[in-house]
Amino acid sequence: MSAIIQIENLSKQYDSGTKALSDVSLDIHEGEIIALLGPNGAGKTTLISVICGLVVPTGGTVRVGGHDIRTDWRAARKLIGLVPQEIALEPFEKVINCVRFTRGLYGEAPDEAYVEQVLRSLALWDKRDAMTRELSGGMKRRVLIAKALSHRPKVLFLDEPTAGVDVALRREMWEVVDQLRREGVTIILTTHYLEEAEEMADRVGVINKGQLLLVRPTADLMGEFGKKTLTVELIEPLAAIPDALSDRGLRLSADGRSLAYEYDTRADRTGIARLLGDLAGQGIMVRDVSTRQSSLEEVFMTLVAEPRQEVTA
Amino acid sequence: MNGVNWPGVWAIFHHEMTRFFRTIMQSLLSPVVSTVLYFVVFGAAIGGRIQSVEGVEYGAFIVPGLMMLTILQQSVSNASFGIYFPKFSGTIYEYLVSPVGWIEVTLGFVGAAAAKAVLIALVILLTSFFFVGVHILHPLWMLAFLVLTALGFSLLGFIIGLWAKSFEQLQIVPMMVITPLVFLGGAFYSADMLPPFWEGVAKLNPVLYLVSGFRWSFFGLADVPVGVSLVAVALMIAVCCAAIRWIFATGWRLRE
Repeated sequence: MSAIIQIENLSKQYDSGTKALSDVSLDIHEGEIIALLGPNGAGKTTLISVICGLVVPTGGTVRVGGHDIRTDWRAARKLIGLVPQEIALEPFEKVINCVRFTRGLYGEAPDEAYVEQVLRSLALWDKRDAMTRELSGGMKRRVLIAKALSHRPKVLFLDEPTAGVDVALRREMWEVVDQLRREGVTIILTTHYLEEAEEMADRVGVINKGQLLLVRPTADLMGEFGKKTLTVELIEPLAAIPDALSDRGLRLSADGRSLAYEYDTRADRTGIARLLGDLAGQGIMVRDVSTRQSSLEEVFMTLVAEPRQEVTA
Repeated sequence: MNGVNWPGVWAIFHHEMTRFFRTIMQSLLSPVVSTVLYFVVFGAAIGGRIQSVEGVEYGAFIVPGLMMLTILQQSVSNASFGIYFPKFSGTIYEYLVSPVGWIEVTLGFVGAAAAKAVLIALVILLTSFFFVGVHILHPLWMLAFLVLTALGFSLLGFIIGLWAKSFEQLQIVPMMVITPLVFLGGAFYSADMLPPFWEGVAKLNPVLYLVSGFRWSFFGLADVPVGVSLVAVALMIAVCCAAIRWIFATGWRLRE
């Protein structure tokens, strides 16, 4: 896959002295979904804002579709759609006019059929003549997405797209994003919902204190940093863990009916076979076993706690 | 202008004009009522004591001044509010991330603000026909002065809107600077009517040159040469354009 966005040594220091981005380099490939994770103030929104033209960088370069965002900004911006974190809409304007307006700003000729298609895909067609101030928060966020898609961008930035929306609507949003991915749109999203990144993103980038700590395919990241927990359900409950198994780091449930064993998927030997053998040797009968992968949230906390400088794009 | 995003200019212009026409009654009624009041107060009450100024009936003499007063106030308030409101509501981000630069944004907002101001000024001119007999000596020059002045002060209003960080700041310049300049700029009198010292002071007021040129297009009378008036308005447009270009190039009060 070719890189549609090339970020090289990007830095941003505000007048106050705050360093929001430090020497960030990253290639984003065409058609992928990349999630940027990080705590509040990590630099996620600043990174998006620089690429989109809202913030002027103090160093480095960004190219979108081969166009430098500073010297060839018109061509670069035509490729981009932005859904900002804050809901900002003209309160007394109709939904359909908002979308038409944004399309015009991007230099596109009116295309009512396409505007209708976008509004229908976001379940906004029935609300096309409603004033934006009459809409719910979730609807407003969908209007922002419709506006961002009004000129058929190749790259879509979603800054905390599901913040403040209910679970059902979040699912709907994910479906919209999935649909866009199928259409070949490159998507960069920031989120606090790590489940969202895990569910949707092809790659995950972790930012903290303005530094891009790492970028990995989501599955690799989970495999590399993810711990797994093996839960062994027992036929007969145990009063205590037998002494012979006391050095295995096992946890006995309160009712004594299951044992939890945490292991590292990267280790040469996970110790599962040996554990099951030893349980049998102790005469402990097993009813069932199951495994659980640690969530991206746990992975993220591990990374932020132990920052790494290495970046693999 | 090669490379200008004209659909972008139209989108902004159309958006601004739509807002104006959405509230057309309020937009037009308020200035018309104000003008009628000016005619009653200045035309009937004061005009009863001043029969004519340099051979022109006083009621007719103040028509260009009233139009100029309106065009200045409307241009500044329309343009400043037009760009300040997206800053206030947060929708300014759209202008900053889309492929429109200072030229498109300025043409869209300033063009719309000037168009609204000219429209209202023409309505006021029509209203004045009900009160006084006004003959326009140079109608094309009248339109040219009207449009150029509207553009100049819309550009100024646009800068005020870009500068303002609050609604208070948005109001203070028009209230404290523009209105006094218009009242002291010969809207309701000729500078010749002032004592020599104050006539000299009045000629430091840039608005005097605009009112003078505009009044010349009506009656052929001017406090200063018409060429000087034209240069004054052209200079104002050029300085404002340079300032706006600088604001967008540096991102002052727009980008972080």
